[in-house]
Amino acid sequence: MKLLKISKKDFSDVLNRLKDSYRLYGPVRKGNIVDFAPIEDVSDIDLSFQNSRLSPKSLFLPQSERMFEYGLDPAGDEAHILKEASKDYSPKAVIGIRPCDAKALELVDANFDTPEFRDPWWVKARETTTLVGLGCTSPCSTCFCTTVGGGPFDDAGLDVLLTEINDAFLARVLTEKGEKLIKAANTFEPAEEELVQKATAIEQEAAGKIVSKVDTSRLAEIDTLALHGADFWEDVQFACINCGICTYLCPTCWCFDIQDETHGRVGCRMRNWDSCMFPLFTLHASGHNPRGQKIQRVRQRFMHKLKYYVDTYKMGVACVGCGRCVQHCPVNIDIRQVCRLMNEYEGKVPKVS
Amino acid sequence: MDNPYLPYPVRIEEITIETEDRNIKSFRVVFLNPEDEERFSYRPGQFAELSVAGTGECPIGIASSPTESGHLLFTVNKAGLVTSQLHNMQEGDVMGVRGPLGNYYPLDEMEGKNVVLIGGGFAFTTLRSTLVYMLAPENRDRFEEISVVYGARDEGMLLYKSELGAWLLRSDIQLHITVDCSDDPFCQYHIGFVPGITEQKITSAENSVAIICGPPIMIKFTQPVLEKVGFLPEDIIMSLENRMKCGIGMCGRCNVGADYVCKDGPILTLAKLNTLPKEY
Repeated sequence: MKLLKISKKDFSDVLNRLKDSYRLYGPVRKGNIVDFAPIEDVSDIDLSFQNSRLSPKSLFLPQSERMFEYGLDPAGDEAHILKEASKDYSPKAVIGIRPCDAKALELVDANFDTPEFRDPWWVKARETTTLVGLGCTSPCSTCFCTTVGGGPFDDAGLDVLLTEINDAFLARVLTEKGEKLIKAANTFEPAEEELVQKATAIEQEAAGKIVSKVDTSRLAEIDTLALHGADFWEDVQFACINCGICTYLCPTCWCFDIQDETHGRVGCRMRNWDSCMFPLFTLHASGHNPRGQKIQRVRQRFMHKLKYYVDTYKMGVACVGCGRCVQHCPVNIDIRQVCRLMNEYEGKVPKVS
Repeated sequence: MDNPYLPYPVRIEEITIETEDRNIKSFRVVFLNPEDEERFSYRPGQFAELSVAGTGECPIGIASSPTESGHLLFTVNKAGLVTSQLHNMQEGDVMGVRGPLGNYYPLDEMEGKNVVLIGGGFAFTTLRSTLVYMLAPENRDRFEEISVVYGARDEGMLLYKSELGAWLLRSDIQLHITVDCSDDPFCQYHIGFVPGITEQKITSAENSVAIICGPPIMIKFTQPVLEKVGFLPEDIIMSLENRMKCGIGMCGRCNVGADYVCKDGPILTLAKLNTLPKEY
């Protein structure tokens, strides 16, 4: 791993140079909200944010994405035959992604890039994107990354990790993709030992600021049916209004719907974000709905993140501790609290009549 | 990289109205590109996403058998958006087929055993695939006795009637067809529900495996009948359905516990189902 440095005043020049070989994406402030957006003018990048409102998952799994296109004119060539929609997969760089959101991408890889099937759009977007992470010097009060396998300066999933030190950044170059980007940027200098020590101190201090914790140690060993039948779900779901904001903001929520859209004699097949919070998500054509009740949907969300994912992939929980769902749930449902209830559950498998 | 969402284009070669209420039709389709047929190598019990450009996709069990080459058969009940659109289509129309998807009946592991197939209503489709496969000359000797209990609401609701007639004449399968009720005093089938007929006809579980495919109410009452005769949960095989979109375990909606019906199913043993939440 290479340790380099760049002074803040040179950073815009670096970004401008990167624009020649990458499509740049970065945090942009709009009102009080920071979100990741394509960068036209590098001065739009705002690295003073705590975390973006939306996770940058939409750069890899857009909220709406064209999958296929087709013609419906019976006289036309190849009517009704689907063709892959063309897309730009030229190199892309995301500047300032938080370590939790980068780790989330790795967790979602397990779903989209499997030995049996590879989701072509996810995989291509991942392959062509270089992630320049920005460690968190001042984490939010709702952050709990350190107890779900991450940390404010965790480098999982990143190609370069930046640590902000006064008027400079220390850059850890972590992968080949990262090397390539640094080469294209061309202004980084080797970091002196003193700077590295300063960075380490900042990183340790940041980790110490994260006081919110969860214990996930027993989730794997507890029986699925016992957890599924636990009585605490009644309390957990009570206030939920199934608004779906948790799944909308969550960096590890990947569920999607597939819909056809037509206009006149042409159409496209789209995929759109979907949510397990919605009854339509699982509604059968017959009218039967295996998760027709709110309690079933609330339970599904937490069971998926904290039990099913744990059991299937053996990569820990499908939660990176970004705290977005905790901050924005309108009825204060807190995944940390639900995780505690699940992790401490001692009940047995309920008898089914 | 192969795109697992891209359907193979097919042409509808023949449409058969299966039932008296005209709500169930069978679609025989052929691949527009012959090489796609080779790539679509399937086994009984698997399903495919039928794709209608402009409308969408729906998961349907494959009713043809791999031993019948040259075409695929799908028997479709008109229920939702895509199936209704399919029912409006005509012979010669072009649509898409994506698959084969899901796992399949463990027929290789059932070699040397007695096989009991129990089907109800329009869920008989993948059982037809299984039966045609097992009855093929190259496969029949691999299995011992084959018994089938198949029930429908009435005579008009039975699928594949000409084939049923031919199977009834064969001596190498025991086919028990039943209808819930009949106006016909000379009704040639049993009259009664599937669980009752199963109880009368399937009297031994020795060296046997049962495959059940039907509406939930039929499964609910057939399961105890089989267990009473001595079938172990490992030897009762079922096919599940849930709402699906991707069919490859990615879109997240068809899960039952940690298993996806589309990828880890649709075929699951009762033993496995007993370990999963009842979210199907």
